[in-house]
Amino acid sequence: MDWNVIQEYLPLYKEAAVLTLRIGWIGILFAVILGFICAMIQHYRVPILRQITKVYIELFRNTPLLVQLFFIYFGLPKVGLPVSADVCGAAGLALLGGSYMAETFRSGLEAVETVQMESALSLGMKWFQAMRYVVLPQAISISVPAFTANVIFLLKETSVFSAISLMDLMFTAKDLIGLYYKTTESLFLLVVFYLIILLPVSIAASLIERRLRYAGFGN
Amino acid sequence: MERAEELLKLEHVKKAYDGQEVLKDFSLTVHRGEVIVIVGASGCGKSTLLRCINGLEPIQGGRISLQGQVIDGRAKNIADIRQKIGMVFQSYDLFPHKTIMQNTTLAPIKVQKRIRADAEKEAEELLQRVGILDKKDNYPRQLSGGQKQRAAIVRALMMHPEIMLFDEVTAALDPEMVREVLDTMLELARSGMTMLIVTHEMSFAKAVADRVVFLDDGVTVEEGTPEEFFERPKTERAKRFLHTFEFDSVKK
Repeated sequence: MDWNVIQEYLPLYKEAAVLTLRIGWIGILFAVILGFICAMIQHYRVPILRQITKVYIELFRNTPLLVQLFFIYFGLPKVGLPVSADVCGAAGLALLGGSYMAETFRSGLEAVETVQMESALSLGMKWFQAMRYVVLPQAISISVPAFTANVIFLLKETSVFSAISLMDLMFTAKDLIGLYYKTTESLFLLVVFYLIILLPVSIAASLIERRLRYAGFGN
Repeated sequence: MERAEELLKLEHVKKAYDGQEVLKDFSLTVHRGEVIVIVGASGCGKSTLLRCINGLEPIQGGRISLQGQVIDGRAKNIADIRQKIGMVFQSYDLFPHKTIMQNTTLAPIKVQKRIRADAEKEAEELLQRVGILDKKDNYPRQLSGGQKQRAAIVRALMMHPEIMLFDEVTAALDPEMVREVLDTMLELARSGMTMLIVTHEMSFAKAVADRVVFLDDGVTVEEGTPEEFFERPKTERAKRFLHTFEFDSVKK
């Protein structure tokens, strides 16, 4: 292992990591919003929209992100909607993540007994108040372990962004290997940078989970 | 008995689930300060009745009104009416993510926009009255069933309801905890609260009721003072129903 090479490569990897994180967090943010909306539609059985979200969830949960990215990146320009690689990456991640988040939030909502809503309503709360103060806090706490697992999964999935020529960590490593054949150093840095991104997320996740377990529910 | 204000009025109420009639032409008038106990076999529509009064279940016919205001679960004013109706469920249904204090003050603060300090002061007084003030900072899971049920009663009382509905509130409790909850309800009745109670505790019904309503197969079969109903039931069905309890007590 040549440390000079590593020092030389470091700025390139830093730049790539920033791109991975930037697109990753935007994608995850929209995945959460999309997933939450779909979960509410599913849980409250909104007619028509429910069938549409079901198709969306199954479609995106059961196809690889790479295939989805190809469709967005190469397909949309064909129908006159060219998208930049950045937007395409974030959109792909949001759509894939949305389908996972939807299932996560839905199972959280389902775990809250209906009588919780009823007892909140019987106290004179409006539906939105009952949702905000009683049902959602419980549903979200229940969803947290699956939610954090999704976040980690989605961050790792960003490694296929290189396929649509986004200069993420994977792209940088492959590029450097192709140019200079410094395979060991390039792959070493790749692993280290993914760990730098993901380890804090994992540790934060287990801390949150432990806190929630401690504050555990049970009636 | 003096005729106080008519508080709650049910007129020819019909309720059906999937075509199966649960309540058939049920009528009842509750006056202020009255304690009415509804008894009947399981599945005769007692719990459904309370849920309809609270607008949690739509009715297919008739009219339910509180102080002249029609109760309709889909109407705009339902949240206002529900504040006047305190409901206590069989399974307590406290909010598990909130402490007892937060459970009892959440709705007063968020719905009635009361000042937190005032609401907390009142909650402390009520929790003291039912004997669980020391549990105010605990979560529901740290309480016994009886304590949870008393907390649920306080939570409902905090909204200053005109009437309290109790849906088999002791059915899920261990025998020694039943007493503490029933004592709380007796005290509430003594303080003049209007109450509609669904229960299987016959001796409690005898002690607390001004009027007993015997419901069977969706209709009122018999209605009267506890003395009339328990000592001299008029109908064959009521006799048979009361006999099942005697039989139970012989076996114990």
